[in-house]
Amino acid sequence: MVTQVTSFSRNGLSDFIVQRVTAYILAAYTVFLVGYLLFQGEMAYADWQMLFSHTWMQIFTMLALVSTCAHAWIGMWTIGTDYIREHYFGQNANGYRLIYQVICILTLASYLFWGVKILWGN
Amino acid sequence: MNRVWWAQFENLFVKNDPRPVNVNPSDLMSFAWPLAALASITHRIAGVILFVGIAFGLYALDLSLSSAAGFDVLKGLMNSPFGMFVTWGLLSALAYHFVAGIKHLLLDMEIADTIEGSKFAARVTFLVSAVLIFLAGIWVIQG
Repeated sequence: MVTQVTSFSRNGLSDFIVQRVTAYILAAYTVFLVGYLLFQGEMAYADWQMLFSHTWMQIFTMLALVSTCAHAWIGMWTIGTDYIREHYFGQNANGYRLIYQVICILTLASYLFWGVKILWGN
Repeated sequence: MNRVWWAQFENLFVKNDPRPVNVNPSDLMSFAWPLAALASITHRIAGVILFVGIAFGLYALDLSLSSAAGFDVLKGLMNSPFGMFVTWGLLSALAYHFVAGIKHLLLDMEIADTIEGSKFAARVTFLVSAVLIFLAGIWVIQG
């Protein structure tokens, strides 16, 4: 088995399964939130605030956010290893890909902490 | 007969092996782009748009939950022409990525995994997401 030190779980099969499980969670969250917004009609601050004050909604949102980070990392990693290679980017491709991957990780980690602050920090 | 036994494999080590291994970006336009391939690359592009778009989504969530005043500020932003365009663009990327993602999950269940099936599934993906993107536009304009 080929082990990739930068893949999400260092294991392609596990990445594959994580990508699927997070996809189901994100699909459920998307359908729920769009459905809520559609059926709510004219939205007032109090309704919106109330929705996100429920523990189940905070957990659901955090699950979606953690899923987003894992899902986006696997997707962005795949894109990076597909395109940022020596054939296209020359001798320094490995360095460029490392920089790209670090930027992706820092961005996603920032999203995660930002989300935690939004839900529980105020 | 003085060639060593592994000589039969020597072309594996020849640098100018003519077999095509890589694709140059300049070759992309000379390819045939079957609908399934277009559906796949669009899924990728929509994913990258969403990667950046999460920042807009979190900013909106932050503002909307900060206070009643923040909530109204966000409503104002989303009703400006630029805000509408960004909202519609992100909803469109989400709609496409969602539909193409469902196609992927169906593939896992061995649904539409033949050549004919994948053509049909790609067509349905573009059609359904086009309808959703159109509806998202109406939704955004109506507020």
